[in-house]
Amino acid sequence: MRLRFAIGLSASLALIASAAAAQEGQRTFSSGYRFVEMSGEELYNNVCRACHMIDGKGATGAGTYPSLAANPNLEAPGYPVTMVIHGRRAMPPFGDMMNDAQIAAVVNYLRTHFGNHYTGVVTEQDVSDARH
Amino acid sequence: MQDEAAVLRRRDLLSLIGAMAGSAAMYHAMTSLGFALESRYRGPIRLEGNPKGASVLILGAGLAGMTAALELRNAGYQVQVLEFNGRAGGRNWTLRGGDSFTELGGATQTCQFEPGLYINPGPWRIPYHHRALLDYCRRLNVALEPFIQLNHNAYLHASRAFGGVPQRIRAVKADFQGHVSELLAKATQQGKLDEAVTKDDQEILLQALRSWGALDRKYNYSARLFSSEHRGYASAPGGGLSATPVPSDPVALSDILKSRLWRYLQNFASYNFQTTMFQPVGGMDMIGKAFANELGDVIRTNAQVTRIQQNDRCVTVTFVDTQKPAIVQTAAADWCVCTIPLTILSQLPLDVSPATKAAIDAVPYADAVKIGLQFKRRFWEEDNAIYGGISYTDLPIRQIAYPNTGYNHTGRGVLLGAYLFDGANAYEFSAMSPAERVARAVEFGSEIHPQYKSEFENGVAVAWHRVPFTLGCSGDWSDDARKEHYADLCQIDGRIVLAGEHASELPAWQEGAILSSLDAITRLHERVVKT
Repeated sequence: MRLRFAIGLSASLALIASAAAAQEGQRTFSSGYRFVEMSGEELYNNVCRACHMIDGKGATGAGTYPSLAANPNLEAPGYPVTMVIHGRRAMPPFGDMMNDAQIAAVVNYLRTHFGNHYTGVVTEQDVSDARH
Repeated sequence: MQDEAAVLRRRDLLSLIGAMAGSAAMYHAMTSLGFALESRYRGPIRLEGNPKGASVLILGAGLAGMTAALELRNAGYQVQVLEFNGRAGGRNWTLRGGDSFTELGGATQTCQFEPGLYINPGPWRIPYHHRALLDYCRRLNVALEPFIQLNHNAYLHASRAFGGVPQRIRAVKADFQGHVSELLAKATQQGKLDEAVTKDDQEILLQALRSWGALDRKYNYSARLFSSEHRGYASAPGGGLSATPVPSDPVALSDILKSRLWRYLQNFASYNFQTTMFQPVGGMDMIGKAFANELGDVIRTNAQVTRIQQNDRCVTVTFVDTQKPAIVQTAAADWCVCTIPLTILSQLPLDVSPATKAAIDAVPYADAVKIGLQFKRRFWEEDNAIYGGISYTDLPIRQIAYPNTGYNHTGRGVLLGAYLFDGANAYEFSAMSPAERVARAVEFGSEIHPQYKSEFENGVAVAWHRVPFTLGCSGDWSDDARKEHYADLCQIDGRIVLAGEHASELPAWQEGAILSSLDAITRLHERVVKT
């Protein structure tokens, strides 16, 4: 009896797992060290979401990933651009993993989503200038 | 001849020192003469001199913290350890059936593995030259078994080469080596190496290439029994009437080169991955558990540090019990060894100099993901004759590692179905829900092992940036940051000294954590005894 129960449970877990993959649908995967995702939305969902979570609100354990939702630090675009390029503390640097266009795209996405309504658009040139 | 005489003289000297002063002295002598430099470990630490009842508060019960606690207690200090988790060990961690784990973001996984099966989400292999860790395993009676880094019968896989069919490591290695040997032999015969290699040496080189590359008499790498002894047979030698072996056909050099499979061969060449490697019998956390048993109630679990203060007399640490976070408590000691990961320490109010603070803020943490998958049967052994070791792939799962224990056993088994360290895929998998990570690992892995589809049962996925007690895998120093901040990070700052893999030149290795801790407490002890 126990064995049969175990097999039944395992089969249903396998189904749940494959359903989870199907639900998420097509996903982009990078082939090397650098990200291939280009849009701000896809970069957020495939990279930033690892720590800042699906709702942008971050998370807290022994330390904290800050919330990006309605975050006044995003008002001046130089701050998020610098953070994405160089990182700081628990935030890893992505300057070598994303190009200027990708960093501009993800910062523009953050500044206009998650309850942020900041005006002005970050350009590739802005990112390039901030690298040095 | 002169060199040989010099070596003989050194050997004579060494055996003399060995006979007169014992093996420890001989070891020191060997080191100073340029031998045995493969470890900075100099045997069990000796903290001589009386600490006169001095107390040390240790933050973090990972291997660095527990090493400090064990050795300082033995030296006569009063020690107390505060640990965030409900268990000791830190990243020295094993997941087994029934273990539950909640990641940042709130998703809880309960491992469903059958009893006896496990994965090590953190460190999983121990190089033979990690002598400090091996010494603690010996002293704490942690049984070891071989970790198979190179299994010639495991796979190298490139999704766009050889029609996506995985290739045996044995064949790729033999063919790459064989073709390179043939090219070099021909260049030698055509006189193209005359300027670089003397005539006498050319003869020896040709012999060596024939042996190393399995070349035929004309220095060709071709389908013959000799090359098949390296790359495997089309039909292996047998018994009786069907005994005759049939040679296999090498893959063309151009196909090997274009497949890029050669890039995985470095995983078997580099110093950190050379044989012999080890793993603890039963799971990596056997080491952490052995330390914790030794320390007993010195370790206070579920203690989350919220502030670290010091003055010229003592260190005071504020903490909360994670089960009752409303009640704020303090602990005080003369000194503090802090092993809290920098991702977390950088966010805490902390009384240290600006230089130390700048160093703490300067180290990002690498990302890593490991996914364990349980299957109904050990098909990699039954069907594919892969006993332990690792297959490498360019798919986003990057590696499939086979269990190095329980071989040839009927019944369930657990694979490491993905191991991503740094790079884009690690973040992409960290950004998924645990269930999707497992499902994707099954989907990708089935391109290498089609048996996945029918044999998969359940899985567990750990993404290190979502681990509440580290917020990342390990210290990821840039060369510039190390140059600017490493010494400041390791200096004793007033009454506080930092230790852990992040304060070592062996980041992400347990050996780095232990060596860092031994170095830190040696310096701390010198200061205590002097004052």
